[in-house]
Amino acid sequence: MDYFLSEEQQMIVDVARQITDEMIVPQRAELDETEDYPRDILNAIAKADLYGLYIHEEYGGLGGGCFDIVLALEQFARGCTGVATAFAASALGAYPILISGSEELKQKYMPLIASGEKLAAFALTEANAGSDASGIQTTAVLDGDEWVLNGTKQWITNAGEAQIYTVIAITDKSKGPRGATMFVVEDTDPGFSYGVKEKKLGIRCSSTRELIFKDCRIPKDRVIGRIGMGFITVMKTLDQSRPGIAILGVGLGQGALDEAVTYAKQRVQFGKPIISFQAVQHILADMAIQVEAGRALVYSAAKHIDAHKNDMSKASSMCKVFATDMAMKVTVDAVQVLAGYGYMRDYPVEKMMRDAKILQIYEGTNQIQRNVIGQELNKEYMRSA
Amino acid sequence: MKIIVCVKQVPDAKDVRLDPKTNTLSREGVQAIMNPYDRHALEEAVRLKEQHGGTVTVLSMGPPQAEEMLREAVSCGADEAVLVSDRAFAGADTWATTYTLAMAIKKIDDFDLILCGKQAIDGDTAQVGPGLAERLDIPFVAYVRKINDCTASTIRAERLMDDGYDLVEVPLPALFTVVKEINEPRIPSLKGKMKAKKIDITKLTAVDIEADLEQLGLKGSTTQVVKVFSPELRGERSMLAGTASEQVAQLYAKLSPLL
Repeated sequence: MDYFLSEEQQMIVDVARQITDEMIVPQRAELDETEDYPRDILNAIAKADLYGLYIHEEYGGLGGGCFDIVLALEQFARGCTGVATAFAASALGAYPILISGSEELKQKYMPLIASGEKLAAFALTEANAGSDASGIQTTAVLDGDEWVLNGTKQWITNAGEAQIYTVIAITDKSKGPRGATMFVVEDTDPGFSYGVKEKKLGIRCSSTRELIFKDCRIPKDRVIGRIGMGFITVMKTLDQSRPGIAILGVGLGQGALDEAVTYAKQRVQFGKPIISFQAVQHILADMAIQVEAGRALVYSAAKHIDAHKNDMSKASSMCKVFATDMAMKVTVDAVQVLAGYGYMRDYPVEKMMRDAKILQIYEGTNQIQRNVIGQELNKEYMRSA
Repeated sequence: MKIIVCVKQVPDAKDVRLDPKTNTLSREGVQAIMNPYDRHALEEAVRLKEQHGGTVTVLSMGPPQAEEMLREAVSCGADEAVLVSDRAFAGADTWATTYTLAMAIKKIDDFDLILCGKQAIDGDTAQVGPGLAERLDIPFVAYVRKINDCTASTIRAERLMDDGYDLVEVPLPALFTVVKEINEPRIPSLKGKMKAKKIDITKLTAVDIEADLEQLGLKGSTTQVVKVFSPELRGERSMLAGTASEQVAQLYAKLSPLL
């Protein structure tokens, strides 16, 4: 379908598509096997200026918004959700600084992130703090001119590869949700190290590790926003970033649909290509409907978010739930269309099916998203009543 | 360092068809692309600029449609683009082409290095690079696989040979033709594409480059294509026997009716 993209938006799609077709697709199976971080692909993305898509021009970016990064991510995910996740994780790490950071922090870090010279990562999750972010146990204590961090963050995307980490820690336990603060930690800070690389079901070329803080000392001016406002920054960050996860579902779903249709046209059974059988046609038709509906919702949500900075939560959560549940279903169906061949690693759809699962889990499980949507509905209807 | 890269628009080799009646290349519906070897020349020029500073100018002789390819070159890092285009250039062989390009380069005037692909994938002559260097009376090195280093007055490069490579040093200005081993061309950047959309492409005609009309196009070409045909693949085959001169005589007798 034609979404009437502007000339600049079409350029984003074209550049991202070329990187996807020429670099990501040829390497994805090997990256899945070796679990190697896709550095050369990310370097090409950096050289093509795409790390700066959503960053203001004054900080070396291209001045676009949520919709612009969504267009690039859709292409990358069509090739490999692991590569797309590694790319998107830097934006997730950058948003807290962009949203709440001081002018000094923005001047210091955003140009480096916009050029892709340095990668960022976002650190919220801990062993006892997943969906319930209030379970955070990492602490930060002011000691003279330095903050001292202690604790362990878990399942951090880009850990060990990024140089700039945005980390939430408890600064005053007695204040409950208003007692958490976000900080910038650099890879070279003393007392900061990484845990082992996790072994995952999918998105295996993206790096997932622990961040370990043992009396990690950072300068006082690395606080993002005001002390005690950490949770608000986290919520705003996730509202901004979730369409980026949603669109991974759309790109992945499109990739699975492309593989399924191509295969169904070639595979001959009972003397005919299997696409001529209605049983197969209906599966493909449902896949196509779902992917297009997902795309339409994510594009609309991204444009809404770019226009309404104070009313993002519901649109952001709705598109994340729909598009990622869709990706799970569509990739399972793609494996079914390719059947025995689809189950083999010789074809890309089994990897796509494994990759899809994480989309329903990370950046807030789809159950948590439904909570958000429910709460927003409750508020809306209270206002109108 | 001021670098000129000569680029040519060619039909995509993945999609080449011959018109069965005229035996000429059917260009209708065939996508035109930048000659792949020229893409490597452009990449090398952009890398040299990134290392040593300077400018990269892409130059092409071709029909007005070649403008699209020049914009693509700008999106991959070229700073300026020049299209030499005139009906008078039509039908040029490599002799007339090198004359035209040399006149255009004399118009551009200021350069330290000219880079070309080793050959174009349509004509496959590999003559334009060396011919252009002769016309400009500057040193040339063909089949360059690596540029090692350069100073303000000299440049050193590796020339790919069948049995290894030659290390060559020449004074600047000079002309190199490059092989695909020299680099991996980059994917265009977003800022590059935006710049390419806006850039004014310099367009030069035969009059602008002060060319002698007699030396242009078909008129100025020393080779003429008499006939183009596809060899019959399943044709009669025979082995010629006898002494060398007997075989030549037999071969001549067989080929002359085709002319």
